[in-house]
Amino acid sequence: MQRSFDIAVIGGGVVGLAILRRFAMAGLSAVLLERGADILSGASKGNSALLHTGFDAPTGSLELACMQAGHAEYLEIRDRLNLPLVRSSALVVAWSEEEQAKLDGIVAKAHANGVADVRPVARDELRLLEPELAPAARAAVLVPGEHIIDAWSAPLAYAHQALAHGAVILRHAEVTGGDFANGAWTLASKAGPVTARVVVNAAGNFGDLVEAIARASPFTITPRRGQFVVFDKQASRLVDAIILPVPTERTKGVVLFRTAFGNLAIGPTAEDVPEREVAATDIATLEKLKARALEMVPALQGIGVNAIYAGLRPATEHKDYVIEALPDRGWITVGGIRSTGLTASLGIARHVAGLYASNFGALPEAPQPVWTPVPNLTEGRPRPYMDGGEIVCHCEWVTRAEIERALEGPLPAGDLGGLKRRTRAMMGRCQGFNCSAHVEAMFREKTYGTA
Amino acid sequence: MERRDVVIIGGGPAGLSAGRRFSELGIAATVLEREQQAGGIPRHCGHLGFGWQSHRRIWTGPRFAQQLRADSEKLDLRTGHTVLGIDGDILRVQNAQGIHDMSAGRILLATGTRESPRAPRFVGGARPRGVMTTGALQANVYLQNFKPFERPVIIGSELVAFSAILTCRHFGIRPVAMIEAQDSISAPRTGDLVARLLYGVPVWTKTKLVAIEGRAQVEAVEIEREGRHERVACDGVIFTGQWVPEAALLVNRPKVTLAGNVHGALKTSGACWREGRAIAEKMAGELA
Repeated sequence: MQRSFDIAVIGGGVVGLAILRRFAMAGLSAVLLERGADILSGASKGNSALLHTGFDAPTGSLELACMQAGHAEYLEIRDRLNLPLVRSSALVVAWSEEEQAKLDGIVAKAHANGVADVRPVARDELRLLEPELAPAARAAVLVPGEHIIDAWSAPLAYAHQALAHGAVILRHAEVTGGDFANGAWTLASKAGPVTARVVVNAAGNFGDLVEAIARASPFTITPRRGQFVVFDKQASRLVDAIILPVPTERTKGVVLFRTAFGNLAIGPTAEDVPEREVAATDIATLEKLKARALEMVPALQGIGVNAIYAGLRPATEHKDYVIEALPDRGWITVGGIRSTGLTASLGIARHVAGLYASNFGALPEAPQPVWTPVPNLTEGRPRPYMDGGEIVCHCEWVTRAEIERALEGPLPAGDLGGLKRRTRAMMGRCQGFNCSAHVEAMFREKTYGTA
Repeated sequence: MERRDVVIIGGGPAGLSAGRRFSELGIAATVLEREQQAGGIPRHCGHLGFGWQSHRRIWTGPRFAQQLRADSEKLDLRTGHTVLGIDGDILRVQNAQGIHDMSAGRILLATGTRESPRAPRFVGGARPRGVMTTGALQANVYLQNFKPFERPVIIGSELVAFSAILTCRHFGIRPVAMIEAQDSISAPRTGDLVARLLYGVPVWTKTKLVAIEGRAQVEAVEIEREGRHERVACDGVIFTGQWVPEAALLVNRPKVTLAGNVHGALKTSGACWREGRAIAEKMAGELA
């Protein structure tokens, strides 16, 4: 296997994969090292899958610039990669007089951020837009450009496009150290040594630990845990827009949103935790989330909960992303990419490519792009079962052919979580009561050669 | 569009016995089964206890399911047919070839039931491997010959929890304990004694499962007993019972008749079989 590259990206989350894609498509030789058994095993595993406009991001920040560039590029490339988009819009809803007083400021900030179509919505119009919202909803701000996407298909598509352009993705490849000598890095990893002229640290919740390979880290990661509750599909008819709360200093708050798969979910919470890897849920928080959802939409009463999950997002002591190049060290830092990372990833990749060009040399002439559409998992676009085949997961209508395909090719599912993210098998209301033994046997057979 | 007098959705004990009765009574009935093989839940209940009410035999679940299929030979039974939705008298059906519509004079829903998995029970903690319902355990053990753990805890004490114990024993799996939040177990009174004496599985009542620990596989569970939290080492969690009807097709409130475990309290497969037959006779009378 090739061991020497122009670029090594550490971290196979949405940010690392978007960066890998950008460099591979620019014609550089690029490798990505992921510590998990599969890509998207860390912060990218558990988020709310929303495509943001940046209407509420800090004005003038790098985060805002990356979000807006990322939002635009997603819309531009999504058809060619077969990626979903539910044009839901969002409503920032005020539930108290105090919150209502903040709405004008939210509109003003959105306009300052260049999101010109954001406007206030009075109580009567809010009632028309969202008749199932509890009467306590006083007024809102409408953000037409906020959309719902699929948090896993997008980075999977970026990975496949990078692979089609010659990139290499190593899994089970935790980076344990590195040496910079004669203008190149030699990284020690659990998948063996890798050399590269430039290293990009996109290690998410492990970003500060990886940064210490190059220098004393200018940021410290405090993982922020977010828990979610997902309701069964009939709930998604009750709400159209993404229902955002009026944000506080600390967090954007708990959001009620439809998913691209036709569910309704509430989350995330914002809890600082010491744990970087295992995102645990707790009963009290889940109960609170569910109660809050019922308070917002009383008709949710009696609708079942399909899933619970938690994610860890890499928060730091800094307000903004930490993205900078170390010209003398062959290193680019991409740290503290919080919940906005899914939206911003393509924009971050563009920004990082710009840092590379101005610090490490011009990018070569880009070859003709290869487009690698991914299988669609959402009801808004054609799905394989519609053309026939054996349905194996009956809750999410996943076919045998889809599962087999996810276990083959250049980036087969590395674990059951990866298989779920690629197919949605076992992620519906029965959570595998009917199909998990069968699907897991398929996984074992394809992966280990024995059922 | 194809039209049938009666379409039965679900080829388990209730659906198959109803289908058979319809055809005995000369009514054109079709059974649509989403799995590749009919028989329903008994297909993966490898222990004895099936067939008495219907055939005056005591069989294992798979043997019973086999008999139900044999009884259905003359029936229009279509496996690999998933009903995606019902709109009035039109059913939207998926099969190997694609999606088609068919219409039915009457629709009988016999889609059965399933156990509540972890999520709606709001059990906290991590998400390691080795967490499943009894149904999934049985499919692993009896259909896939796969042992998912050695020392699990069993959550709940309805009758199916004893089925979980039997399934474990069949494969040499030794449950650590049966955990029940209520003051006493839900199965008939002697269940506690049966579990302890016959199977050597301790029963902890008034005990709540709080969280699951583990990175790859389950490593322990956190339980709460009389206000105290304890950590119990184990490598699996079996969620039993808390049955939920498979009623997703009722979302649009279509006009359908229900048979078997899709409605009412949980019944045995034999009771479902009898109910399917009785409902078929009643519907046949109305159609005549």
